Amino acid sequence: MLKMKHLSKVYRTHMVETHALRDFSIHVREGEFVAVTGPSGSGKTTFLNIAGLLEEFSSGEFWLDGVDVRGMNDNARSKLRNEKIGFIFQGFNLIPDLNLFDNVDVPLRYRGFGAAERKKRIEDSLGRVGLSSRLKHYPSELSGGQQQRVAIARALAGSPRLLMADEPTGNLDSLMARGVMELLEEINRQGTTIVMVTHDSELAARAQRNVHVMDGQVTDFDSEPTLRDATAHAPAAIAVGSLA
Amino acid sequence: MFSYYLHLGMHSLRRNPVLTALMVFGIALGIAASMTSLTLMHIMGGDPIPWKSSVLHYVQLDNWDPNQPWDQDGSPPDQVSYRDAQALMEAGKADKQAAMFKVAFPIQPENPEVKPFLSLGRATYADFFAMFEPPFQYGGSWDHSQDAAHGRVVVLSKATNEKLFGGQNSVGKSVRMNNIDYSVVGVLDEWKPRIKFYDLTNGTLNDPEEFYLPYPTVIETKTQASGNNSCWKNSNPGWQGYLESECVWQQFWVQLDTPAKAAEYKAFLENYVNEQKKLGRFPRAMNNRLDDVKEFLAHQKVVPKDVEVQVGLSFAFLLVCLINTIGLLLAKFMRKTGEIGLRRALGASKPQLFTQHIVESGVIGISGGALGLALTFCGLWMVRLLYKDYSNVAHLDWSMVFVTISLAITAAVLAGLYPTWRACQVAPAAQLKTQ
Repeated sequence: MLKMKHLSKVYRTHMVETHALRDFSIHVREGEFVAVTGPSGSGKTTFLNIAGLLEEFSSGEFWLDGVDVRGMNDNARSKLRNEKIGFIFQGFNLIPDLNLFDNVDVPLRYRGFGAAERKKRIEDSLGRVGLSSRLKHYPSELSGGQQQRVAIARALAGSPRLLMADEPTGNLDSLMARGVMELLEEINRQGTTIVMVTHDSELAARAQRNVHVMDGQVTDFDSEPTLRDATAHAPAAIAVGSLA
Repeated sequence: MFSYYLHLGMHSLRRNPVLTALMVFGIALGIAASMTSLTLMHIMGGDPIPWKSSVLHYVQLDNWDPNQPWDQDGSPPDQVSYRDAQALMEAGKADKQAAMFKVAFPIQPENPEVKPFLSLGRATYADFFAMFEPPFQYGGSWDHSQDAAHGRVVVLSKATNEKLFGGQNSVGKSVRMNNIDYSVVGVLDEWKPRIKFYDLTNGTLNDPEEFYLPYPTVIETKTQASGNNSCWKNSNPGWQGYLESECVWQQFWVQLDTPAKAAEYKAFLENYVNEQKKLGRFPRAMNNRLDDVKEFLAHQKVVPKDVEVQVGLSFAFLLVCLINTIGLLLAKFMRKTGEIGLRRALGASKPQLFTQHIVESGVIGISGGALGLALTFCGLWMVRLLYKDYSNVAHLDWSMVFVTISLAITAAVLAGLYPTWRACQVAPAAQLKTQ
């Protein structure tokens, strides 16, 4: 699903060169739930941005779902991002003056779906996170946990192959965080590959595989992607309604 | 996607009502100032008789002082002498022709309740009505035989007929003017050409005349023109001396239905001037003009210089408003960098975001244009209120409404280009982390 080989990312100013990633290699297979961990400044967010096609890399190789993204122009990257990747951010990143329906609608608009198809996908995805009754509500009317679930619904609406989550529970209290994690695990069980960046070792432990990043390099990882039994960490059913 | 962008644009207007109001009002003010002055120039410079402006021609002959040209441009005089007007009328070489001049007569109404009043009219030939096609409410023009017979007939304007006969059909009734009775043969309907193109020497923006009399009749009564009269040498004494002088005080129009006829007529004018030269007249080099209506208006510089300057200044003001709008749009769009970064992450390409924000600028332009249109109406109303001369021309026509809206949208889109370009340079990754 996601394969990087000897990838590097260098930020250059006229004074200094900063190597955010160096000789970075990772292989995420389809259906995996991978946690990328590391301290602040280790390069995990840079990795996520490059993996999510939000930033370009300096050298190395990168395939996303079998597509070589080297040299791809901005329009093609946008299209690939829209079709293959869903994003979940620490700060939820909902558009405050759009209601939930319109927030979830954003990626679908750029995908070019017709009105009926969009409506169905929006209702389905908001239903999947337990918010189907609040289509016309605005983000400010929701709790943090609910806002993150809207962000998850938005990420899921386009049926992406890969979900990129950047500290998805960083702004939530432990109860809400648990609910969001359970939701992500459920989504993973249904077949979506998830790459989650976190510095929370407890959350990382719930992923099937951990990759530890330090100074822009992978320093420790579960070499064999032996899929852990996800159910060992997740409840049999997600009680989405219990998420505050 | 366009409707989506339009929806987002409308939505965005409501998001920052104060900022939006500032931008819309700024564009509206600039548009209103520009359109008010542009409308005046457009109407004054427009074709007043588009269906036949190419066949109506104004005759100019250079009978002026051999030592000094008529003007610095070397143009011939803007009117002709009585002698030349008579000669051209008698030659009758055009499809239609009419010499004319402005007169002022006291009108003495039969109704004792209406006091005598001074009225401005036009002495001309029957062809005037066929050439310039003023609409008739009652009756019609006099005919050529009445020109020849010095008929005591008159055509009244609608307003004069209203004043003398209460707007009734007055054809056949008598009007006493300067102690002579004239029989009414026709009453014009409302006729207000945007500019009085058939006589630019006596007030371009003046209203048309209050009555029309046969030219030979007026000459017979030895009535001098009340319009412009220019002479370069003294005339012999008396009425006959004045008629035989080189003074120019008449306008001469011809209708030439084909370009070939226009060329023939121009040749005829040259022959005529050459013949006159043999008689000791026309001491200057051959310098005739036979302009059609549009050429004539351009040559006579109908649009005053101060109107052109005003248009320039108002567009400079629009530019200032646009620069202000650029600043406000920049502030508005740069406040949205988080959303722009998010939309990029969710799959929007740069061209899509560029289009979205240009449409948003266009929405501001449409709003500014609508308000600008209302302010333009107000501006023109104030022009009419302050300058009576402009009452005929200070009106917005449909083409100018279209120009107003188009200009507003174009201006707003142009103002939006740089802020939009800047907004699209946003690095999504940085914005998403900082949201």
